[in-house]
Amino acid sequence: MAEREAILPLRLEGVCFDAGGKRLIEDVSFGLRAGKRSVILGPNGAGKSLLLRLCHGLLSPSAGTISWAAPEGAGRAHRQAMVFQRPVLLRRSAAANVAYPLRLRGVPARERGARVEEALARAGLGAKSKQAARSLSGGEQQRLAMARAWVMAPEVLFLDEPTANLDPAATRAIETLIGDVHASGAKIVMTTHDLGQARRLADEILFLHRGRLLERAEAAAFFSKPRTAEASAFLKGDLAW
Amino acid sequence: MVTRRIFLAGFILAAMTFPGLAAERSIVVASTTSTENSGLFGAILPIFEAASGIRVKIVAVGTGQAIKLARNGDADVLLVHHRPSEEAFVGQGFGVKRFSIMYNDFVLVGPENDPAGVRGLTDAATALARIAAAKAIFASRGDDSGTHKKELELWRAAKVHAQAASGQWYRETGAGMGATLNTASALGAYVLADRGTWIAFANKGDLGIMVEGDARLFNPYGAILVNPARHRHIKAAEGQAFIDWLISPAGQQAIADYKRGGRQLFFPNAD
Amino acid sequence: MNDITAAFGMAFAMLLDLDRDLIEIVGLSLRVSFLAVGLAVLLGLPLGAAVALYRFPGRTVLHALLTAFMGLPPVVVGLVVYLLLSRAGPLGVLGLLFTPAAMILAQCLLVLPIVAALSAQIVADLNREYDEQLRSLAAGPGQRLVTLLWDGRFSLLTAILAGFGRAIAEVGAVMIVGGNIAHSTRVMTTAIALETSKGNLALALGLGLVLIVLALTVNLAVLALRDAVRPSHG
Repeated sequence: MAEREAILPLRLEGVCFDAGGKRLIEDVSFGLRAGKRSVILGPNGAGKSLLLRLCHGLLSPSAGTISWAAPEGAGRAHRQAMVFQRPVLLRRSAAANVAYPLRLRGVPARERGARVEEALARAGLGAKSKQAARSLSGGEQQRLAMARAWVMAPEVLFLDEPTANLDPAATRAIETLIGDVHASGAKIVMTTHDLGQARRLADEILFLHRGRLLERAEAAAFFSKPRTAEASAFLKGDLAW
Repeated sequence: MVTRRIFLAGFILAAMTFPGLAAERSIVVASTTSTENSGLFGAILPIFEAASGIRVKIVAVGTGQAIKLARNGDADVLLVHHRPSEEAFVGQGFGVKRFSIMYNDFVLVGPENDPAGVRGLTDAATALARIAAAKAIFASRGDDSGTHKKELELWRAAKVHAQAASGQWYRETGAGMGATLNTASALGAYVLADRGTWIAFANKGDLGIMVEGDARLFNPYGAILVNPARHRHIKAAEGQAFIDWLISPAGQQAIADYKRGGRQLFFPNAD
Repeated sequence: MNDITAAFGMAFAMLLDLDRDLIEIVGLSLRVSFLAVGLAVLLGLPLGAAVALYRFPGRTVLHALLTAFMGLPPVVVGLVVYLLLSRAGPLGVLGLLFTPAAMILAQCLLVLPIVAALSAQIVADLNREYDEQLRSLAAGPGQRLVTLLWDGRFSLLTAILAGFGRAIAEVGAVMIVGGNIAHSTRVMTTAIALETSKGNLALALGLGLVLIVLALTVNLAVLALRDAVRPSHG
């Protein structure tokens, strides 16, 4: 896959999204390049998950354009992955779940075994490969979802509040895994409403508020000197709306 | 997905090895419920099959439906009991030739308390007229079978328009002989039945024979080979072999030998 | 009342005795219904899933038809199959009338709408849960169909058992297209109809009890198999 043309950068131009007669995403424009861990930060209801789904292609914008460097085609969809807040695991074993995206991509069975084993081992699930995915604990299920995303060797990994339902120990394990995936060369784009998590993981912050992109800054700069009143209020923990 | 393929392969294999699909020398005979329900075929067919090596498959329906099946070419031989219909079948070119096989007779069956007072009459038409006058319940096959056709003839002879009382004292079951006898047994109704089915019938309740012996109650059975000129696939040789056996001394003897409770049910009468 | 007690006695005796005729009839009943359901499953599962997942012209009408045909009268199906397979009919040259193959075809037509309509519902429900995840994984339409059918396998089993119950219990269709021919196309239900018409009510009911035991055994076996395979948190 490495030889293929890169799909990044991703460009959003004037993207809007309406649902139920309401404008939920308003005129958002930005670009995403390979490398940095970009965190979309904002209070609940800001539209973070919608924006992530628009980027990943699960939703289509009501107005504006979303474009990748690579032309449309199966290749583009196959080179990005997403981990949801609540993972949807197939009613099969852990190993079969990780093998599944490889089968979809036509990876021959003899190559799949080793890649599945490796991904499970990285997620700390090597001993549970034969266990039914849905009988795993919540933290294990999310790690399995990470392994399933990682095994595809995606160029971009989207994560939508991946630890919102997890306890601190499980959260730490997922954050470590996110770091590992990033270290292996994948672009990380994740949403969170958890300031501590944003501080731990972000290289840069995209601050979203009521469907608008109010700020984009390097993480250190954002946390020390937010430029907008809404961002300062959010950082202080005020319910500023 | 492996399991899926195994299932598919197993399914195809099972379908291919299905014994019923294997070729065998056999004929289909469209006949009436009276012959099947009386147990006659169960007794005589093994003798023919052992002698000829030809399997005889009986499809037992009403005479009307049996004739329809034969017309469509879905049976090789027709064996029914309504002479006018049989002669029409041959006359229209659907059948080759009618052979007399055997006869029994119809009996008028009714409840023991005999509300219409017909017990012991020897004239079936008079009996029916009394039933109509008493508005006693009468169960009719109502299914265009040989027995039903005979019953309608008897009503005509009695000059009663029974169907005008349909749903009142005249009940049309639209079912086979056995089912209609079950209904009559439950209702305490009069009913016309062929003697063979009546003798073999196990759920008589308090029904008994009221009228018998009228010449009009004569019930002859005929066998006809379906015309191979009409339907090329008709197994003419095997079908005719079956008819030839039925009218042969051996076949006639087998029919005469069939008894239920010591009573002979059918009387051979081949020419 | 006498007949009912006698029927239980007869059913019990038949199960202990297992005489050759009974085994033959039971065997044919099972073979015909298993193959009919198998065929209906091969066609009905993908059909139901396609109705649930794909948008195509006539989809709504097809869905309504499948649902309505779940209650198709067996006699009507038998009549249609008879008219098709009759020597005078369009498929007469096949010579299938009054053979087990004709009975399989008729029962398959009866079971197909049940399997397809129920699996459409099951697959549609599952698809709501899986939709975003499968789109994210870039599963194609065919891959999605196979995935949902496989992941719905335990629920689909219930749909298949419902179809089997329909097939093994119906009499109207197999009577017409099979002809209830002794040692050839006689199955449990047509044997019961025949014994009833002979007035052997206790024997008929006894056969009915054997049929119920048979259906129960098949259901229990399938469910036990499922529970053996299925993980604790399905």
